[in-house]
Amino acid sequence: MKAFAALLDALIYTTSRNRKLALVADYLRTTPDPDRGYALAALTGELDFPAVKSSTIRNLMADRVDPVLWTLSRDFVGDTAETASLLWPEDDISEASDVSVAKVVERLSGLNRNTAPGELAKLLDGLDSNGRFALIKLATGAMRIGVSARLAKTAFAQAFDVNVEEVEEYWHALSPPYAELFHWAADGGDPPNVSNVPRFRPFMLAHPLEDGTVDLAEYAAEWKWDGIRVQLVRVAGETRLYSRSGDDISASFPELLDVLPMDAVLDGELLVRGAAQGGEEGGAASFNALQQRLGRKTVSKKMLKEAPAFVRLYDALIIEGEDLREQAWEARRKALENLVPRLPDSHFDLSALVEARDFTHLAEIRETAREEAIEGLMLKRRDSAYIAGRKVGLWYKWKRDPLLVDCVLMYAQRGSGKRSSFYSDYTFGCWDGDPDNGAELLPVGKAYSGFTDAELKKLDKLVRQTTLNRFGPVREVERTLVFEVAFDSVHSSKRHKSGLAMRFPRIHRIRWDKPVHEADRIETLRALIKD
Amino acid sequence: MSKSTAFSWIRPEPWGIHIVPADTWVDPGRAVERALVTHGHADHARGGHGETIATPATLAIMDLRYNTREGAVGVEYGETLRLQGGVDATFFPAGHVLGSAQVLLEHAGERVVITGDYKRRPDPTCAPFEVVPCDVFITEATFGLPVFTHPPIEEEMAKLLGALEANPDSCVLVGAYALGKAQRVIAELRAAGHHAPIYLHGAMEKMCRLYEEHGVPLGELRLVSDHEKDDMRGSIVIAPPSALNDRWSRRLPNPITAMASGWMRVRQRARQRGVEIPLIISDHADWNELTRTIAEVNPQETWITHGREEALLRWCELHQRKARALALVGREDEDE
Ligand SMILES: [Zn+2]
Ligand SMILES: [Zn+2]
Repeated sequence: MKAFAALLDALIYTTSRNRKLALVADYLRTTPDPDRGYALAALTGELDFPAVKSSTIRNLMADRVDPVLWTLSRDFVGDTAETASLLWPEDDISEASDVSVAKVVERLSGLNRNTAPGELAKLLDGLDSNGRFALIKLATGAMRIGVSARLAKTAFAQAFDVNVEEVEEYWHALSPPYAELFHWAADGGDPPNVSNVPRFRPFMLAHPLEDGTVDLAEYAAEWKWDGIRVQLVRVAGETRLYSRSGDDISASFPELLDVLPMDAVLDGELLVRGAAQGGEEGGAASFNALQQRLGRKTVSKKMLKEAPAFVRLYDALIIEGEDLREQAWEARRKALENLVPRLPDSHFDLSALVEARDFTHLAEIRETAREEAIEGLMLKRRDSAYIAGRKVGLWYKWKRDPLLVDCVLMYAQRGSGKRSSFYSDYTFGCWDGDPDNGAELLPVGKAYSGFTDAELKKLDKLVRQTTLNRFGPVREVERTLVFEVAFDSVHSSKRHKSGLAMRFPRIHRIRWDKPVHEADRIETLRALIKD
Repeated sequence: MSKSTAFSWIRPEPWGIHIVPADTWVDPGRAVERALVTHGHADHARGGHGETIATPATLAIMDLRYNTREGAVGVEYGETLRLQGGVDATFFPAGHVLGSAQVLLEHAGERVVITGDYKRRPDPTCAPFEVVPCDVFITEATFGLPVFTHPPIEEEMAKLLGALEANPDSCVLVGAYALGKAQRVIAELRAAGHHAPIYLHGAMEKMCRLYEEHGVPLGELRLVSDHEKDDMRGSIVIAPPSALNDRWSRRLPNPITAMASGWMRVRQRARQRGVEIPLIISDHADWNELTRTIAEVNPQETWITHGREEALLRWCELHQRKARALALVGREDEDE
């Protein structure tokens, strides 16, 4: 537990992604099996001990600490696990004994509600305060230390110098402590056999089409829908739904788990029914509607009825045991077109190809994309295999041009990591009426990208020189600077005073020259809402 | 005067403790005719008093910070000073920072001790705390919560030196309060065998020199402003906490941020400040030191100031000790 507790602590205090990667990789290299596997599962939230609840900890403390002292301490520290780890009565802890992570997991797994308090107390007795903190976090499953599944997989790949896409392929098919995964990566053993599991295959991804054109004889064009990219996998009758990062999101979309009539691996866009994204395929609602359904562990009947999900199919990786990934896109597309009539149209449709005479014509068609709340176009090389990752020249995303609006800088916040000495996160607003007639600025968005290092220095200086108020790490500044802000779309939002929220705002240009009263008004933005 | 006055000659007011018969204040927050000052920190010491009574080291610190040479009256540890109205004042070491003192006040057969700030841990930069028996013990409570237990300083030094060794291309920037903490960290580093030059923020320089003049050797110190970025790779740099995320730190080579403070015990506190290496080093008593000291001094009454009075009051209640909280202003959450 000592090494794991030290890792947790180091991760908590590290803001840099690279340093986090190095810390996790180092731990995985130097820790024996099966500890490292369980630690990995703990970091990525894949361990669950239902017998241990936050209330279990509170009850244990109630038997050991005066309730007034507990409450005062808990209020000050702000975290139950940490408070408990600090207040646990400490007798002599023998230096030599260090219980392994695997042993802890084994003991926690065997608990029920009655045995949990006693066993947990025994474990806590053998640990120092950092160890107790790690144990409570592990047992209650609330790590929250900024390690995503993606970061953990990347660290794993880095630790053993293996391909992260391969790690991803096996990961979801295995369970903690991932013995086969470590055997393969660390000891050069055979790759894990995962053929009977509905596992995730890494996505083929696209590069942005910056400038330039493609020849439509070589590339097919397809709409890029504004939902979330998913992979639907059925193996041996069991279906799972994966997000782009490989997270299993099956539980949020139960209506998709028993509708695929054959074993297959399909790539598509997850959408919910609605009117905003019409096209020939019938209606899909805006991204906002889909967002209501993301991240839920259980889904109400009402929600299933009001916002039913379906998959608009882009590609087929495997159909009834036949792996199509080596085949050209044209062949896979044909197979997909043949498959779709066999699928229930309540839950599936085919993403149509966009036919154009030439690239100029395609550009014209793309211009209309905004009206249909589509993200843009995808351009796929007709003769390309399905290759995991982002390989140059095969797939391009050609997003519609961003929308632009002139906003006024209102607040600035310190960045993190390398930027921690700079005010690099900016909140900006638009006028709620005529600025020459007493209108006010209302915040409409926040951005921390789109400027050069030299510009950042200049902005930082301006923030410091024009500070009006300080609120912790945030400074309110005089209204002197206009940003031209680019964004993908704007939606209505009850959470913001301005009543709207931008998607993907970034600084497009800094308008040092522009007077603030010439910045845009809220009503300009409101006219762009396409909910 | 009979015992029934029950300490009425000593009166806590929001801006300080008033010794009524002597018309003298202890650590007043505003300028007064006559002040007893326990130590040089800004929440205890200030300029402008008619007469300032303190240890010679504290007077030197105050003169450096507030130009208070006029009206300064030096008192050595153990020396008793007779004030007006039949009040005797004796200074005893508090173990907090150089020159820090507890004040024993005696009047009409009653003994009152005001601790100022104190700690019980050994500190190479100042004289150790002495237990002074008394009737009323007026104690600080900056870390008056049971979650605050300061680890042995050797552990924290090992953490700091370990980080230094693991990052030879960076420097470790340690945030430390300019009076006391900075010099203690330097002296403890020397005791741990670290004899390389230590780089200082300009705000630290004069106080370090003052410590050395008072017999606390600190080894080779250099000013950051006199050196190039590359000189400081693999070195320790010490700066006031306010400089950690300031523009000033951009002149340092890839700094790793550490902070020496008792508040670092709480993870969220450290994260809020962007600290990568929290060093739990405090010049205040932790919970166990506070409660142990009350038990050892064993007063009739304990008066609590300066921090988290509530939890310490509760402890006194649980241990059947008479106690009350004093609401002195301007003493919360010092940046220690
Ligand atoms: Zn102090
Ligand atoms: Zn103080």
